[in-house]
Amino acid sequence: MPDPDADFDVGYVAQLCRLELTADETVQFQAQLSGVIEYMKKIDQLDLSGIEATAHAVPAFDVYREDEPGPSLTVEEVLRNAPQKSQNQFAVTKVVE
Amino acid sequence: MARKDFLVTIGLEVHVQLKTRTKMFCACAVAFGEEPNTLCCPVCLGLPGALPVLNKRAIEMTLLTGRMLGCSTPEISKWDRKNYFYPDMPKNYQISQFDLPLCLGGGVPLYELAYPKDHQKSIAHPDKVVALTRIHLEEDVAKSTHLPKATLIDFNRAGTPLMEIVSEPEIESPEEAVAYLNSLRQILLYGEVSDADMEKGQMRCDVNVSVRPKDQKKLGTKIELKNLNSVSAVRRALHYEIERQIGELEEGNRIVQATWRWNDDAGQTEWMRNKEDSQDYRYFPDPDLLPVRTAGMLAALGVPELPHQKQVRFVRDFGVTSYDGGVLSADRALADYFEAAATGTTHGKKLANWVINNLLSALKEADLPLGQSPVRPTQLRALVELIEDGKITNNQAKEVFARLFAEPSHEDLAALAVSMGFEPANAGELEGFVDQVVAANPGPVAEIKAGNAKAINSLLGQVMKLSGGKGDPKLIRQLLEQKTA
Ligand SMILES: [Zn+2]
Repeated sequence: MPDPDADFDVGYVAQLCRLELTADETVQFQAQLSGVIEYMKKIDQLDLSGIEATAHAVPAFDVYREDEPGPSLTVEEVLRNAPQKSQNQFAVTKVVE
Repeated sequence: MARKDFLVTIGLEVHVQLKTRTKMFCACAVAFGEEPNTLCCPVCLGLPGALPVLNKRAIEMTLLTGRMLGCSTPEISKWDRKNYFYPDMPKNYQISQFDLPLCLGGGVPLYELAYPKDHQKSIAHPDKVVALTRIHLEEDVAKSTHLPKATLIDFNRAGTPLMEIVSEPEIESPEEAVAYLNSLRQILLYGEVSDADMEKGQMRCDVNVSVRPKDQKKLGTKIELKNLNSVSAVRRALHYEIERQIGELEEGNRIVQATWRWNDDAGQTEWMRNKEDSQDYRYFPDPDLLPVRTAGMLAALGVPELPHQKQVRFVRDFGVTSYDGGVLSADRALADYFEAAATGTTHGKKLANWVINNLLSALKEADLPLGQSPVRPTQLRALVELIEDGKITNNQAKEVFARLFAEPSHEDLAALAVSMGFEPANAGELEGFVDQVVAANPGPVAEIKAGNAKAINSLLGQVMKLSGGKGDPKLIRQLLEQKTA
């Protein structure tokens, strides 16, 4: 696992995201995303002492649903976008754990 | 080096499906054995743009589990995305909890009767409590069926609330691992948060195990075991894996951190993947879900009496032995049955015997669950009272019980006993028999008078015979003692 404080490597992130970048894209996105991270790092320069950590960007809490069942989709609707299906299930390339 | 020259360290990660009516983040029903993909919606299918909403009950159940296991709870708990790619999780992240889980710390007490039966006499650490690291809530994934050329995915299970209970590496033997799982299951059943049946996949277990020479301080390299589908599989897999690791070390080999799979048919563990292939999950807060303030919910929880507390109370209030208290409290339904039977009598100890020995074996023979017992708690109490009041003997009671078990419609047990010919000889009649026997046995009577109390037994047998087996042994003994004093 890479050190989170190490320099940003767009190639590694692309690999985690299963994205294939061309050499040009790698250079372009490396520069752009590094810029975004530099921008975020500005927070480090602020004096945050006395400011409470937040668990979410929005200061709201406790939004729930009661445990009451509602309708589900029909199996036809569920499988409508499936590229391949079999026995009312999504069929995918065989995966081995 | 011998087996005893090595220390074993085991940690368990247990996933428990909660018994909610609906899924964690959508209103689809939670049910088993339904037709594939009939309990799905855009949220649990992971369709773009669908938004999750927290199931309040699932959070309450997790907090209750934490309370039952003595965990603490952060004031604020939040939701995070665990990113990975696998067809059973098509939005490519699982909603889970990273740094602010619902429960921290706590522990699972290892109950004596939760150990394997063949091991209960040799428990290394009685009253051990295995510390927990944390309990968090997440969503279950879809179910994959692997065919020869394709994998089929059914999303009915996707999104079912799943509690992950992580232990500290404090378990020292396969038998302690068994006790941990059985004790944990008992507690989850008491809290009615899950049915926790491993064979039905409602409770799943990953095991980390390492060994090291006794004189080594640093923990050995750990191996993760997967595909453990029953408590007994956990025990067998651990025994196998521990022997394997010790064998490797003894041959001078190094253990490489890896995941191995238990093959139950072959009875061995098999290499799956090395740790190097393991993923970087890039957890980050889920912006779709708001954090939870836990104080209000915690305050509203009703925490049930736990098995070990019930055991202590049964010993105190009903006079049962500690062992019987353990047997009775191991199962909540059994504990409730016993308590209903024993409340309002002074014969708790005797009732415990009847429940554990007679009732349970009759139910087992008839292949009936306790919930369908033909004999109700009040009837069993009435039966024991007939014995204790000297109306029928223990052996006669067994016959009455068998009749009642077969014909549960009998309401009046005393009348049933009489109808079976079990009428107690009355005191006057018995006194006559006693006089008769005392007169006919001057020898033994002299012995009793000389202080040989045991000689009374042969006289008691004779009086019993004269009464046709109907006499109350306690009353006969009393009369004999009077007449030979
Ligand atoms: Zn759904």
